[in-house]
Amino acid sequence: MRYLAIVLIWFWAGLATAQEWEDRKVFNPGAATKLNIISSTDTTIFAPLIEDFLADRPSVSVEYWVTSTADIDQRLRATPEAFDVAISSAMDLQLKLTNDGYALRLSGVEHPAWAEWRQSLFAFTAEPATIVINRAAFSGQDVPQTRQALIEALRARPEVFRGRVGTYDVRQSGLGYLFATQDARASETFWRLMEVMGGLDLRLYCCSGDMIDDLTSGEIAVAYNVLGSYAAARIESRDVLEVIPPADFPTTMMRTAFVLRGTAEPDIAKAFVAHLLSLQSGDAAPVSQLPMLTTKDGTAARDTIHLEPALMTFLDALKRRKFLSAWEDAAIQD
Amino acid sequence: MSTEASVSGSLRRRLALTLIGGAAVLAVLMFVAVRNYAVQVAQRGQDSILAASVTSMLDTASLHDDAVEVDLPYAAFAMLSTPADDRIFYAIFRDGAFLSGDADVVLDPDARSIPQFQSARVRQTAVRQVSASRTLIGADTRTDIQIVLAQTQDALSETLRQISRNAAFLGLGFFALAAGLSFWATSLTIRPLDRLTNSVTVRGPQDLRPFTKPVPDEMAPLVTSLNSLMTRLDQSLSQSEDFIAEAAHRVRTPLATVRSYAETTLQRVDKEENREAMRAMVRAIDESSRAAGQLLDHAMITFRADHLEREDLDLVALTTDLVTRLTPIAEMRDVSLSVLAQGKVRYSGDPILIQNAIRNLMDNALKYAPAESDVVIAVRSEPHIQIEVVDQGPGYPANQIDVLTSRFQRGENAGDTIGSGLGLTIAQDVARAHGGDLQLSNKAEGGACAILQLS
Amino acid sequence: MKFLLVEDNSELATAITSRMRIDGHVIDHAVNLQDATAFVETEEYDLILLDIMLPDGDGRDFLKRNRAGDLNTPVIVLTARSQVSDRIGSLDMGADDYITKPFDHAELEARCRAVLRRKSGTAKTRVELGGMIFDPVAGHLIVGDTTVTLRNRELRLLELLIAAPGRVFSKQKLADRLFSYDEDVSDNAIEVYVGRLRKHLDKSDLKITTLRGLGYRLDYEH
Repeated sequence: MRYLAIVLIWFWAGLATAQEWEDRKVFNPGAATKLNIISSTDTTIFAPLIEDFLADRPSVSVEYWVTSTADIDQRLRATPEAFDVAISSAMDLQLKLTNDGYALRLSGVEHPAWAEWRQSLFAFTAEPATIVINRAAFSGQDVPQTRQALIEALRARPEVFRGRVGTYDVRQSGLGYLFATQDARASETFWRLMEVMGGLDLRLYCCSGDMIDDLTSGEIAVAYNVLGSYAAARIESRDVLEVIPPADFPTTMMRTAFVLRGTAEPDIAKAFVAHLLSLQSGDAAPVSQLPMLTTKDGTAARDTIHLEPALMTFLDALKRRKFLSAWEDAAIQD
Repeated sequence: MSTEASVSGSLRRRLALTLIGGAAVLAVLMFVAVRNYAVQVAQRGQDSILAASVTSMLDTASLHDDAVEVDLPYAAFAMLSTPADDRIFYAIFRDGAFLSGDADVVLDPDARSIPQFQSARVRQTAVRQVSASRTLIGADTRTDIQIVLAQTQDALSETLRQISRNAAFLGLGFFALAAGLSFWATSLTIRPLDRLTNSVTVRGPQDLRPFTKPVPDEMAPLVTSLNSLMTRLDQSLSQSEDFIAEAAHRVRTPLATVRSYAETTLQRVDKEENREAMRAMVRAIDESSRAAGQLLDHAMITFRADHLEREDLDLVALTTDLVTRLTPIAEMRDVSLSVLAQGKVRYSGDPILIQNAIRNLMDNALKYAPAESDVVIAVRSEPHIQIEVVDQGPGYPANQIDVLTSRFQRGENAGDTIGSGLGLTIAQDVARAHGGDLQLSNKAEGGACAILQLS
Repeated sequence: MKFLLVEDNSELATAITSRMRIDGHVIDHAVNLQDATAFVETEEYDLILLDIMLPDGDGRDFLKRNRAGDLNTPVIVLTARSQVSDRIGSLDMGADDYITKPFDHAELEARCRAVLRRKSGTAKTRVELGGMIFDPVAGHLIVGDTTVTLRNRELRLLELLIAAPGRVFSKQKLADRLFSYDEDVSDNAIEVYVGRLRKHLDKSDLKITTLRGLGYRLDYEH
């Protein structure tokens, strides 16, 4: 059974390699200089940042390629020369790419040590993993503020939640894997939660977007480890969802960017990364809905997943195999 | 003859240069030693962390149903974090077959349970790598797990750069200190030599005593030779002094005999022709003895003037003393000698030279002064220190005043007066040796005025 | 006066001795320091003439030794050395004066007189004659109540004449004694001094007589 699962994972991974682009957009087409950006962030969310960058650079065009974090890793390792900038929410994969020498050292870019690695990989957002609920499912009930509270809520009304809880499929989603491994490191509660959710016919998603769609429609009532930023982007128009940052311990991802070493446009690419770092939250008029990293105070440094070589630990094939096997045992109970 | 020594190099400079050169070599050696030691220590530091990391990785290896599991501890990589964000590569092998990690990392076939360190290259990057292995024993299998862990050395290089810079500063500081000490030590070493030189220099020309002050061992031969040279010089000088004295004695004594006989004879002879011959004889004896005396005096004065030996004097006392000494001779001519002075006139000079000069001026004055006249010797300190000898004689011939002081020059009006012509020359030499001059003039009311001016 | 001459050169000693006897002095002669010591211990002298270079030692050592004892006799050192270098040494050793060889007897006499005058002020043997008292050391001539200080040449002229009253001295002989050999002396120079002396002796019983063509003579009138 377990071996079959492993075979399946590899098969899926093979599928992922061949997958098509999720999205692709050219900004300011026809300009002389072109910047190819490969990213895991949805175009709608990221577009304002690019437009802001291009506002006073009429001679630059940007082609924005969107794909999953795992795909980014594979594509960059296969054809690093095809892209100028890589942006991903999977900090571990980004760090591994940098460690393996794909990133260009950007001298003169000022950033705190905890938010950069090797002067090559730069963090520019701070996005917590959250619990998002459909308010309708919790009408008259206490809204769980912690993971433990969520476990108790799920156990108390299994009939309500069966088949209506969702989370990332950590085998597919790089970000989901990052969140899961960091949660597992932080507390045993994660495993109990997975077991409880697994007992309720847990629905697995590849991406935050799909999960929020199903939450909004009422298809599912609770989603765990959803990017708060994505949820917040919808919550403004709809009142059905509530985003809950877990009060017991935060797991905060930093979206990172690096310039590929083989870029043909190192100056523009570097300017783009520097531009991302300059757009800090708390500024007068936020350019995008992304919670930009603020380096002015030290709070972000304390709460975020650190950019350090230890992130590569869970990328080890043996380690990953062991973790996924444990995760499957808990989450997939059929 | 030049008294300048021919100079070849400087002991002080040679010593200082040697010491400074030595200090420079030591500073460079120190820099190299400190840097090498720092490299070793830093490398050992990195190695021990790598070893700890690889050991913690191996610790998690286990066999499950013949499958190898390695549950990498989070700390294994966390402990390899460096300020320079050094890159990490690793690979896990089972009996030499790649299991996991970075495919670029090559297994060292000699990997043993004890960590082995080596410098290598991974992904075209220089790294420090550690290899270690562990044997796993299952139910019926026995397998070896090898792990190679590599790390770049950016932080180490940075540390070494800082250490090198500090070591360089240390070396420079050491050099500066040593150079300062070298100068100090040099001057300390040279000081006894300077002291000896100084004590030779400040000695008067007549002071030929041996040097008795203690000197460093190395200088003892020099001082011994110097002392023996001085002794020989002293002997030879006193021998020549004795010789001159003896010679004078031998010449003067017969002259005195002849002169006494001549005078006696003069008393007894009545015939005017014979008497005149006797007088001529006495005059000739006087002239030659006086000439010999002045020649000797002049030689002596030339010698002393070259090596002027000054001492503190009261010129009034010195003049008064001389006047007392010459009074009998003045009285014979019914000439009165008087000293005009107030209090003391202090001066630093050679008493023998000054005495001789004044004596010659007074001799001159006595020679030309008419009977029952006055010779006045005035000692003044204002406006200059000077001794003035004024007589009431005929004065100097006006057209010859300028040349009178040249050797053997005598005034045209000297007549029969006995004199070698060296007197004024001696006085002038003495004045010049003391930084002054001899001024000759005639008084409006008659009489010669000689001023011995000193400074 | 009584002299002791310490001089090893017998020729010079003879010359000096005979010259001084002419002036009526008594003089003993010692040829070395040993003799000199013997003389000094037995006789009393008015003045000692001491040579420095002696066969049995340095005259200055003799001087030093005797000055340390009770010898008070004035000493004039005879030296053949350079005037300057010996001077301080001999005076420091206790000599009263020194004179350089060869010397003028007149100078020696003058120095003797100066030394004696410094030491005692008056001569031990003053001459009383014809109602006058003559002190050749102090240079005083006392006639009746009047004391005259004679000039040096007057004094020496009187000394000459008084040593041999009644004897005729030619002008030349007197000039040779009164003037040094390098002086130009006119004939009437002697007459001037004789004139002055006559004036000083006016009230006494002594009289200087002019013998035309021959010279002068001191006469005593009763």
